[in-house]
Amino acid sequence: MKICIKGGRVIDPESDGDKVQDVFISDSIIVGIGQSPRGFMADKIINASRLAICPGLVDVSVRVGGHGSEFKTTLEQELRSALAGGVTKLGCPPDTTPVLDQPGLVTMLRERATALNSAKIFPIGAMTQSLSGKLLAEMAALSDAGCVAFSQGDGVLPDAAVLKKAMEYAATFSFRIFLRPQERSLGNRGIAHEGSVSTRLGLPGVPVIAETLAVSNILMLAKETGAMVHLSKLSSYAAVELVRNAKQDGVDVTSDVSVHNLHLCDIDIGYFDTNFNLCPPLRASRDKDALREGLRDDTVNLICSDHYPVSQDQKNVPFAEAIPGASSVELLLPLTLQWAREEGQTLLKAVTQITSNPSHVLGISPSSISIGEVADLCIFDPEHPWIVSDKSLVSAGKNTPFINKELVGRVLCTIVEGRIAYDPDEICA
Amino acid sequence: MNLQLSRTGEMRHLLTIEGLPKQVIYDVLDAAESFMPVTKRDVKKVPLLRGKTIFNLFFESSTRTRTTFEIAAKRLSADVININVGTSAVAKGESLLDTIANLSAMNADMFVVRHGQSGAPHLIAKYVPPHINVINAGDGSHAHPTQALLDMYTIRYFKKKFEGLRVAIVGDISHSRVARSQIHALTTLGASEVRVIAPKTLLPANVENLGVSVYNDIALGLQEVDVIIMLRLQRERMSGVNLPSSQEFYSAYGLTQKRLSLAKSDAIVMHPGPINRGVEIESLVADGRSSVILPQVTFGIAIRMAVMSILAGQAK
Repeated sequence: MKICIKGGRVIDPESDGDKVQDVFISDSIIVGIGQSPRGFMADKIINASRLAICPGLVDVSVRVGGHGSEFKTTLEQELRSALAGGVTKLGCPPDTTPVLDQPGLVTMLRERATALNSAKIFPIGAMTQSLSGKLLAEMAALSDAGCVAFSQGDGVLPDAAVLKKAMEYAATFSFRIFLRPQERSLGNRGIAHEGSVSTRLGLPGVPVIAETLAVSNILMLAKETGAMVHLSKLSSYAAVELVRNAKQDGVDVTSDVSVHNLHLCDIDIGYFDTNFNLCPPLRASRDKDALREGLRDDTVNLICSDHYPVSQDQKNVPFAEAIPGASSVELLLPLTLQWAREEGQTLLKAVTQITSNPSHVLGISPSSISIGEVADLCIFDPEHPWIVSDKSLVSAGKNTPFINKELVGRVLCTIVEGRIAYDPDEICA
Repeated sequence: MNLQLSRTGEMRHLLTIEGLPKQVIYDVLDAAESFMPVTKRDVKKVPLLRGKTIFNLFFESSTRTRTTFEIAAKRLSADVININVGTSAVAKGESLLDTIANLSAMNADMFVVRHGQSGAPHLIAKYVPPHINVINAGDGSHAHPTQALLDMYTIRYFKKKFEGLRVAIVGDISHSRVARSQIHALTTLGASEVRVIAPKTLLPANVENLGVSVYNDIALGLQEVDVIIMLRLQRERMSGVNLPSSQEFYSAYGLTQKRLSLAKSDAIVMHPGPINRGVEIESLVADGRSSVILPQVTFGIAIRMAVMSILAGQAK
């Protein structure tokens, strides 16, 4: 099929491009930009005037299964949720049911995803067997099966001895390790940022020092072992500061922030709203400001949605008993645009945080809107206001702190390998 | 969203002291005062809540609080059902909201809830039908509003007013729902200073943001105070990572006659009970002339009668 996308604002971080031009697709490949290729006869013409076109979004943290066995969703539904968010490539953390610690499971997950012909999955394998933090997982075999990196998910970090070995082993093969920094003995029982709000509500706290102690240890071990480390979901100003200094010292480290920590803080919990029970916990306002500043100066490299669908039953319980998590992959784009608007950043810089930067961190070749590239595209209206509701969410999980909130910026069409994969308003009709 | 007040500012549920207007607190204290004669009569009953069904839902065990709620309800002529949830449906795996839905279907009028998790009464209040009132009888480390109200009653009874008072709260502030509710009540009612006195291991983060001054040294903290509130030290926290031993706590923070003499000569000593003699408080002090620990218990019944009748729209 031949598609012509007419008159859209083409934003391409890989070529630093941001201008209005036509895009021509033939089968799965971009065959022309600006000028129509000789003899190009479009089967479909998409009128994209006043719309923006960027490479398909890349999200490093999307769980395609729910929490536990009682939550029912399907790979198919969560991949559709990703497509509804304009996401064409997603990293899957290993702490799902079952844990991604066996090459066979990884192969199966990838084959099932491929058969669905939907968004593309890039599994992040377990760093330790069963994520127990004791024995190393078969990283090389998992890599052969398709894992692009290794992590403990949101689970506990191993002790320093195992962590050092895991880093040395990963460095042997040049595998990247994703770590969510939280010192287990300090953070384990907490469910909210330790501070005024947790004190007021009488909720057990996770102190900032739980994160900074872990970040310090990880950074020192990374320097020592030469491992490539990515710090997942930073939450505190002090952690941002440590990462900034480490980068200046030449440590090979990258980091990300979730849409939640970028936009919310602990006071938003109100009176025990379990939609705000998230991992890591929402911290204070100054932490949110520091994370935003970190993104601006590239201390923090990218924004992830931290999509983790949970059921209503898992949220309709007292705050501390709720499963942390939210369905958020569909909100990645509008929340990134909101950050850019509020921080005076360009659309190009915003798109970079959710396309090429996450591709580089996942170690996959970044999509680019240029001739000869695979046509993975996201077409969106950057000005379109819409209200997040359980009806608007494609994910089986309907819990998000942004429920019933108005966001600006809506994905109108997602194209995967030249195929129109999401087009609810039929702009491609 | 303030669940516990109606649009017109009347109390619908009592979940926390935080955010309760001063006048609402005074209304409860005044109503309790009007019930005091009832508690002293031969026939200790008034028909205000006749025909109403009150469920005491205790997800966490309690003898004293549950009993005072039960007595209060019976003195108002309500029917009281005690459900010890630990041994019932929840133990069989029923969710909290399912339990509530079932009891609501039995035409309950009021739930008195104690739960180990902070915020559980808020969750219940959010889901009950509009005619059901919820009273928080203690949730996690969050709030214990009726205890704080009876403490305010006690303070007003002995000190007449709150303005100008210096109040010290001593002990495990970190895990205490009683302390949190007392702090909110005292700052709302205009006490001139609320002090918390504890070792650093028993103080929650940023506690000063609740409007209190923090003392680690009890000798400094008790100087010139009008009211001393001792908190109960939970057995499981007496030794371990919070404190090395109960003896060490007593020697550093126990309220002895000698320490009491640092406070104003007419200072009163309060304790939510049950007391640990020789851990928080010396027997001489607990039984001494400054102690108002037993009046607190009596006032507790009147306060709970007041809260129940106000929620049921039956306050005089």
